[in-house]
Amino acid sequence: MNKLNFLKPDKENLTTYLYSGAFLFLIAILDVFLGAFFEINITSFLPDFISFILPFILGVVGLHLIRIEFSGINNLDLLNKKINTNNFNAVLTLLIIFIIIKSIPPIMSWFVLDANIAGDTKEACTGSGACWTYIKIWLRRFVYGMYPNELQWRINISFVLLIALAFVGYFATEKLKKFLTLYYVIIYPIIAFILIYYLISGGAFGLVWVETGAWGGLSLTFIVSFFCLIFCFPLGMFLALGRRSVLPTVRYISIGFIEFWRGVPLITVLFMSSVMFPMFLPEDFFMDKLVRVIIAISLFEAAYVAEVIRGGLQALPRGQYDAAKSLGMGYWKMHIFVILPQALKLVIPGIANTFLALVKDTPLIFVVGLLEIVGMLNLAKTNPKWLGFAMEGYVFAAIIFWIICYAMSRYSQNLELKYKTER
Amino acid sequence: MNFKVKKIVPQLITLALVFLIFGFFTFNAQVNMDNRGIEFGYGFLTQESSFDVQFSLIEYDGSHSYARAYLVGLLNTLLVAFIGIIISTIIGVIIGIARLSPNYLIERSAAFYVEFFRNIPLLLQIFFWYFAALRALPLPQDADSIFGVSYLTIKGFFVPRFVWENLDIFFYSIIAAIISIVVIKNYARKLQENKGKQLPVFSISAGLLIILPLLTFLIGGVSLDFEVPVIKQLSTTSFIYEGGLGIPPELIALTLALALYTATFIAECVRAGIQGISKGQKEAAASIGLTPNQVLKLVIMPQALRIIIPPTTNQYLNLTKNSSLAAAIAYPDLVLVFAGTALMQTGRAIEIVSITMFTYLSISLSISLLMNWYNKKIAIKEK
Repeated sequence: MNKLNFLKPDKENLTTYLYSGAFLFLIAILDVFLGAFFEINITSFLPDFISFILPFILGVVGLHLIRIEFSGINNLDLLNKKINTNNFNAVLTLLIIFIIIKSIPPIMSWFVLDANIAGDTKEACTGSGACWTYIKIWLRRFVYGMYPNELQWRINISFVLLIALAFVGYFATEKLKKFLTLYYVIIYPIIAFILIYYLISGGAFGLVWVETGAWGGLSLTFIVSFFCLIFCFPLGMFLALGRRSVLPTVRYISIGFIEFWRGVPLITVLFMSSVMFPMFLPEDFFMDKLVRVIIAISLFEAAYVAEVIRGGLQALPRGQYDAAKSLGMGYWKMHIFVILPQALKLVIPGIANTFLALVKDTPLIFVVGLLEIVGMLNLAKTNPKWLGFAMEGYVFAAIIFWIICYAMSRYSQNLELKYKTER
Repeated sequence: MNFKVKKIVPQLITLALVFLIFGFFTFNAQVNMDNRGIEFGYGFLTQESSFDVQFSLIEYDGSHSYARAYLVGLLNTLLVAFIGIIISTIIGVIIGIARLSPNYLIERSAAFYVEFFRNIPLLLQIFFWYFAALRALPLPQDADSIFGVSYLTIKGFFVPRFVWENLDIFFYSIIAAIISIVVIKNYARKLQENKGKQLPVFSISAGLLIILPLLTFLIGGVSLDFEVPVIKQLSTTSFIYEGGLGIPPELIALTLALALYTATFIAECVRAGIQGISKGQKEAAASIGLTPNQVLKLVIMPQALRIIIPPTTNQYLNLTKNSSLAAAIAYPDLVLVFAGTALMQTGRAIEIVSITMFTYLSISLSISLLMNWYNKKIAIKEK
């Protein structure tokens, strides 16, 4: 047995250090765990402050003891390298572990254990946790807004059809593949518009007309982001080409347009669309609020898309332009067949980020009185029968948005990998 | 000839289109305004506004003009932007560095923070803090004090107010300290270039910055008092704090949400910047005998900052623009005061919306011009 030097653990007495270190560390974890889950303080015989700080001391000492370089045990080496490189790191590690352990019980109790979902009224919520009854009762409003209950199948059907039509590309045969771009850029938006106009809005084919003021909730979020996404992309592409044009007027107009929209907040753009824009239209010309909002957001986002695409255009080497020109291609031919396919591939992450921003910006349409999901939440929150459930509503909406946005960003990362070409 | 025509015709068409659209809009606006009997003009700015603003940095009430209301809104917007930028930079830098930590748990926690706050709409976060989180705070009469001087309540955060005497002397001392630091820095650089000696510049400047202002307390007649907020009963159930500085809950919710949200983007900028420096730079610097601190200060940071600063400025701009969401929780910023209340009262949609947009536009453009200038200055000069 060699001399034990607890300040400098070494490989000689590996087992001693390992067992004593692991023991101290586990005691520390156990102390915090019992405190958090069962409210038992096993160190209650000590003064308050020491009892509070003891797990830290034990944990740090424990981690210090098991910090042995090249111990020969793979897992231990990995552990030391990952979370235990020095005392400072050990403290941070412990802090994070303790915070996680401490935060599990209250979160679990709020979300699940003490939450209520049964019943139809506010009185059913007796627990101290969340009142999911509120979400359950209001779910239709959160998803469909003020759209009449018996007509909601129309929204469902049009969304199902739209999603189905979006997947046409997967089934296209080789022969039809070259028309896919045309389909997605021109035909699909037209179909989508017709579907939404006749099915959701109604007014023809014996369907009852539902005014856009009644649209709302999550479905409105989807409709707005969907149309803005479709419109802003081609517009942004033209603006990007315009900004790099050799024709001075085209270039300066594009620059002015882009910089204008990028310089103002979306909320003022929406204000403009609701209070200022009607002044610019002929007197007897009426444009629906929703249409105005979609135009406003599309113009706004187009400027951002344009800047992203411009980045891609600039990143292409000059040789690509020269080669295309030397083949006798004109401006449009060169861009459509050579430049844009490569440039767009380069900017997939940027475009995805812009679209993400677009989805996250849709709640702003509340300023013109359109109530998508966040707006509906604020409406439901002020309902006298359901006061005091703001937290549940916001958590619910946050989860939905988080899932949508996270899925989108993951998908864009996949696309980026898929279309990565070797240069 | 043909070549020239090819260049001129599209330009003419674009110009004609733009003029047509603008002409159409102006014509319609003219007709509409004639019909409603409104005259275009900015004369209303000098009229009495006759509405009140809850929170303002400068003296303001209903008897002041619309122009002053505009100023109140603008200052409130800039206040939120300023505080938000400071907090988000601090959080963002910490999280960005944590993302590069060798410690797995820290790296994951930072990644969790970024993914969590980035993927939830800012408006939702603002609502959450304002309507859900801050509403859970105690009423003024039940609030526990923080260190006996501050109170965090549902009506806002009440902190002591500084009461200065001879503030100007204190202020001059700070300026003097900064000037002497610059002088010393220059001297130190010359000393190093000529004789190879190094001065402990950092400790000297830190010392100066602390000692000079402290001296003013001892001999300059500067004194600092705290005015502590005191609770006062208005009626049987209503209490309010008096004295001290009251920070309204709207401001807290707004800055908190803005800072937490923008910090995620700043963290990504910082991470990208530090990752963008090749390992060879660090090794080369170490191999010529620089200490780790010097490597960081003289080699890594100057290069990393070149990558970090432009996108970060962009985020600061976004934060400033996003502060317009204040209108949603009734914090009296530019949009709410001017494009909201003032527009409602005067009905001058075109003038007011255009002024508001122009204000934001000039803030954005001036910052991006500054950025372009800075970018050019720090760009690597290649031969």
